[in-house]
Amino acid sequence: MRLHDCVEIAAPRQQVWDFLSDADNHRLFMAGLTRWDVKTGPHLEKGSRIDMRMKVGSAPVGSLIEFVECDPPGDMAWTSVTGIDQRGRWRLRACGPDKTKVELRLAYQAPGGLLGWVVDQIGARDVRRNLHRSLKALKDQVEAESAPARAPRAG
Amino acid sequence: MAREEAPPNLLDDRDPDYIRDTLPAAWLLATLWHRAEIRGLENIPDDGPVLLVGNHSGGNTSPDSFAFALAFASYFGVERRFYQLAHKLVMASPGIGAFLKKHGTIEASHANAEAALSAGAAVLVYPGGDWEVHRPSWQSGRVDFAGRTGFLKLAIRTGVPIVPVVSVGGQETLFVLTRGEALSKALGLHRFRLKVLPISLVIPWGVTVGDFIPRLPFPAKLTTQVLPPIDLHEKFGDDPDLDEAYDYVTTTMQSTLDALAGERRFPVLG
Repeated sequence: MRLHDCVEIAAPRQQVWDFLSDADNHRLFMAGLTRWDVKTGPHLEKGSRIDMRMKVGSAPVGSLIEFVECDPPGDMAWTSVTGIDQRGRWRLRACGPDKTKVELRLAYQAPGGLLGWVVDQIGARDVRRNLHRSLKALKDQVEAESAPARAPRAG
Repeated sequence: MAREEAPPNLLDDRDPDYIRDTLPAAWLLATLWHRAEIRGLENIPDDGPVLLVGNHSGGNTSPDSFAFALAFASYFGVERRFYQLAHKLVMASPGIGAFLKKHGTIEASHANAEAALSAGAAVLVYPGGDWEVHRPSWQSGRVDFAGRTGFLKLAIRTGVPIVPVVSVGGQETLFVLTRGEALSKALGLHRFRLKVLPISLVIPWGVTVGDFIPRLPFPAKLTTQVLPPIDLHEKFGDDPDLDEAYDYVTTTMQSTLDALAGERRFPVLG
């Protein structure tokens, strides 16, 4: 199952990147998380590991993930080590002065053959909703942080 | 009497890859049929041995057991060793026993539980056993361990924390009319460690005696709450009083069950 969602944030790309690359911040905006144990330091870099679970249906679904790509301030990607097979990517692109387009991509596959495929289809509704809410919350968080910085210029 | 020993290969049948492959079926059943909700998994210590103590519901199919097992495997990963204790007759059932063994179910005994805990595993035990799981449906809101304190002795002896696991809804997946203790006794079933022979109303068979035939559970909503760990030595000292500890654990679980039952507006629907 491949899902993606994106949002436009009124903040410079570096600022969004700085926010996202702090693993502890993800608890503030990721929807549906039931577990977010940062196994390495809070600063996300290649090799960082996080045990993450998201409530999907009746189970906390997820994996121990490892970040395999970290290319500031544009791309951050992970793959699963144990748990549900998954790959994900944060993709940040400038889209105007002090504006950033943030895309979150997630590809995952439940085990179990045909039944796993059925679970993927049914569970995608929860995952899609969580991704959408997460991006909206990310936008709110980052824009709230950048508001004081932008306020003097506005005045 | 010589102390019973666990079989040497007791823990070898558990198969993480098999568990992983069967998670989707469990997820579909738990999510679509029972709308199961498992709360408080973060209360279970992240590693090391732990004795998970549950109230037992739903007859031999015990749907809240598999919903919890699904959540445990999903939350901690199938790599974490997790064993469940089950009645020897369940383990001896053709087909079912082999299936359960791959999931980490082992025959209920002190020696087996201790062996699993000594190996660093999480162990799920239902002290109420067949007595509680076949209680009449109008007693579904009652934690009934029948005064059994073996789980406390086990936790004290091994020094592992107890984590209560309280579920509601399981006893609404069938309608138990009576435990049938007298019938069981009359038939001499106590020789097989069977103190009950329940008479129930089930789908699709109607009224059944015993709980040995596969049946379709009513689609009751299941809710499970995992409570914070209880360290018996920390709570009750070096030599805990069993009665005191029993009262504490069962009272804690009963008050949680009361709260969970209070959230339900309708039987079965939840």
